[in-house]
Amino acid sequence: MENLKFLKKIGLAWLVAGVLLLGASCVRTQPANQSTAISNVSAAPVPSPDSSEWPASFNFGKPATSQEIALLDIDVRPDGKGLPQGSGTVLAGKAIYAVKCAACHGKTGIEGPNNRLVSVTDSEIAGAESSKEKTIGNYWPYATTLFDYIRRAMPFNAPGSLTNEEVYALTAFLLNANKIIPPEAKMNAITLPKVVMPAQKLFVPDDRRGGSEVR
Amino acid sequence: MNSETEDTPLFHKPLSRRKLLGGAATAAVVLVQTAVGKTVQAAIPEAAVITDDPTKKPGPLPSELGTRSVYEKPVRKPSDTSSRTPLQDLYGTITPADLHYERHHAGVPTIKPQDYELYIHGLVEKPMKFTLSDLKRFPAFSRICFLECSGNFRSNPAGKITPQEIAGLTSQSEWTGVLLSTLFREVGVKPNATWFLAEGSDAAVMTRSIPVKKGLLDGMIAYAQNGEAIRPEQGYPARLFLPGWEGNTSVKWLRRLEFSDAPFMTREETSKYTEPVKDGKIRQFSFDMDTRSIITFPAYPVQVEKGWIEIRGIAWSGRGKITKVEVSTDAGKTWQLARLQDPVLDKAHTYFRHLWQWNGAETEIRSRAVDETGYTQPTFNQLVAARGDNKGGYHFNPITTWLIQRDGQVLNKPDK
Repeated sequence: MENLKFLKKIGLAWLVAGVLLLGASCVRTQPANQSTAISNVSAAPVPSPDSSEWPASFNFGKPATSQEIALLDIDVRPDGKGLPQGSGTVLAGKAIYAVKCAACHGKTGIEGPNNRLVSVTDSEIAGAESSKEKTIGNYWPYATTLFDYIRRAMPFNAPGSLTNEEVYALTAFLLNANKIIPPEAKMNAITLPKVVMPAQKLFVPDDRRGGSEVR
Repeated sequence: MNSETEDTPLFHKPLSRRKLLGGAATAAVVLVQTAVGKTVQAAIPEAAVITDDPTKKPGPLPSELGTRSVYEKPVRKPSDTSSRTPLQDLYGTITPADLHYERHHAGVPTIKPQDYELYIHGLVEKPMKFTLSDLKRFPAFSRICFLECSGNFRSNPAGKITPQEIAGLTSQSEWTGVLLSTLFREVGVKPNATWFLAEGSDAAVMTRSIPVKKGLLDGMIAYAQNGEAIRPEQGYPARLFLPGWEGNTSVKWLRRLEFSDAPFMTREETSKYTEPVKDGKIRQFSFDMDTRSIITFPAYPVQVEKGWIEIRGIAWSGRGKITKVEVSTDAGKTWQLARLQDPVLDKAHTYFRHLWQWNGAETEIRSRAVDETGYTQPTFNQLVAARGDNKGGYHFNPITTWLIQRDGQVLNKPDK
């Protein structure tokens, strides 16, 4: 009986925390260089939510150790959190690109047959307007995404096979090919998050809100 | 000698006339009992299944796994990147799991259920890992919901395009699993956590950033689909499922949730699932699927006859229930209310029907859906006006028009 009361108390505390949490996400201010807007989640009631009568913990599962998490935790955020040691140059990236990427993306990142990576026109490079051709130069809002994606998914036929140094080098090469960084620039955990992508200013959060308006 | 090769499946004994005439195409593979009582897998030649008089020949015995009638061949339509549900071949709102659309980014991984682990960490009190059996021990939850790829729109200038090709990247299942709110409580999500990263264990290690409040509202981790374990193409052994949101956010083969105070800006939510809108802007985190409907009968490639025709189709909204579907049989001049098939569920395909008598004159039929927020499915031109000429292919939900020619041939009428 005492136990049950305790569990109910915990459940209530959790509910309060949840409400605070919802509040926090609503009033969150938007940093200048990062779109963090949250879509307008409908206020419709959950069809059958879990119950506050349930225990705060079922004690299923096991604690995850930091070593276990480190093995999987490969993501990289725009602020650079998650970037590993190492660095890479444009020149080194050019050589790796020719061997491991050119067959799918073309000799200079334009020819394909798969996704075009490099911008060619001035308006694309300046990010002045969004183009139907989505390239790194005209469409990708964060340079860190490039490192994260190459490391997790490329090359397509051998994902996860590149070293961190190779990923930094390829990132440097592609940013330079899109005229975003100079040829002598080195990419590492300090320099990469500082790269400002031309398309960043184009991104706006979802402005659809339901209701009669078509957007 | 191997006795299995000697055993003769019971139903193979009588030879039909057709078989003698040489029809030996395989119609199905079933489990059959041999004369000595052993169950083996056997290919049934079409000729053995198709008889001239079914009352004169016993059929196959009960089997372990069912098959479709040899006369019914609904199939998905695969491309290099996706495989589309045959909407025109379905009669209700539940998509048979083997016909559920597929979209993945580096193939379908094979994951041993006994090796599966889901990690939850980041801004949480207790970083945890859960096996598949751990997930199944939690109170379970089921709901019937559609899942739609946000790139679900195709057109064809000649109009020779089926509902499957236009909008076959939507399907519906009963999903069963554990609510995210239950797991969030288990790990103690910290108050400053506003987003979490969902990461798959496919070869693309697919990732999306999801607002915590969506997870709390109605997110779930699904391990079952239409009553059976979820199919490999849908994320076996466990996937994220976010009702009403673009399919890409419901990350399959889920291996990790990491809580954070900001989105991670992964490739999928920056360079892929975003759409150019007006004034050169690019819309990001456009999660909700807008209201849409499509007439699935009559539709290309069928040919209809003069007289009574029941117009049929599906309507859905990522923002709630469908409140009405209107059908026009005079190229949009007038609209009539269609009948909605119960139950009308939240964020679910809703079946509609409208009885109509066709007089044989050339005309156009179309449907438009309205959801409980008051949103009315727009025309192609309304969408272009709202988003500009440089619109992308994502979240494109225009009214579909079918042209019925005097000869009864039904064609899609492409929008300009």
